[in-house]
Amino acid sequence: MKNELEKLDVYLKELGEIHPDAVGKVGQEVDDAVWVVGRDRVLDVLIWLKDKGFDLLLDIAGVDGLHLGRMERFEVVYILYSIKENIRLRVKVFLPESDLKLPTATDLWQSANWAEREVFDMFGVTFEGHPNLKRILCHHEFEGHALRKDYPMMGGQWCSSTRDLREDLDE
Amino acid sequence: MGVKGHAYAKDQAGIITTRIDEIVKWGRKFSLWPLPFGTACCAIEYMGVVASGFDLARFGAEFVRFSPRQSDLLLVAGTINYKIGPVLKRIYDQMCEPKWVISMGACACSGGFYDNYAAIQGIDQIIPVDVFIPGCPPRPEAILDAILKLHEKIDREPARKQKRVTD
Repeated sequence: MKNELEKLDVYLKELGEIHPDAVGKVGQEVDDAVWVVGRDRVLDVLIWLKDKGFDLLLDIAGVDGLHLGRMERFEVVYILYSIKENIRLRVKVFLPESDLKLPTATDLWQSANWAEREVFDMFGVTFEGHPNLKRILCHHEFEGHALRKDYPMMGGQWCSSTRDLREDLDE
Repeated sequence: MGVKGHAYAKDQAGIITTRIDEIVKWGRKFSLWPLPFGTACCAIEYMGVVASGFDLARFGAEFVRFSPRQSDLLLVAGTINYKIGPVLKRIYDQMCEPKWVISMGACACSGGFYDNYAAIQGIDQIIPVDVFIPGCPPRPEAILDAILKLHEKIDREPARKQKRVTD
């Protein structure tokens, strides 16, 4: 644990030399280090981290902070892992409700494809440049975004059509 | 067993006299071909019932088919959410009459503990159900009991009247 933090401090310093001020706040949440990054710098930071050995993108998570009373309502969290160094890192981006857009990370990690589709489906965040940005969990007729805090808990939507599996295979 | 009559003419081929309704119902209830629509852990429990331990073959419903065209018992085992709902409805529509539906487990019957936007709160909202089995998952004995209950129901129904196709 101590080695991880020291290693991350080294990374942070090295990153600061190439992309100064890219990482805003540095913290620790539960058991992982968190770097808060601005939206326009996130792709630079992710590219740099991948070169540094963060070869796995474990997941991309969305968070709706509707009732937290902060400036930006949404946050998107990239959970990265370096096999070589055995380090986990969360890169966090805050997004205002009025402009939910992020550049896609599918060019860096293949696993970003479905993870970004899930965040799009559940929170309505658009990932620009994504090859196939459509709903992954909810039915394609579903309207709204189910994990937003203002979506009603029992708001089931009756959907009637079935999709041919071949359509999905072609994509 | 529904077939009433007797064999006579000793030492020759036996003859059984019965009524057409009785023999049709007798044939139907002891040769149910189930289509297991398994989406969750209830389907695993169902496998245990079909296997030799509990041996569903004793009641004639062991011949599992995975095509709606070849089956007459739709056994819905597991959570049905709004996304798979249209698929379930379509599979039910593809089955030939006469057909029956068993809703197995808490999720299929009522949504179970998935009390949210994603899960349909009971499959009877989209297709008619003949027998509900409670439990999470139900014991194998409960599934055998449901098959026997369905036998009784088939016995009560008129054999030659077609069930109405749902809209």
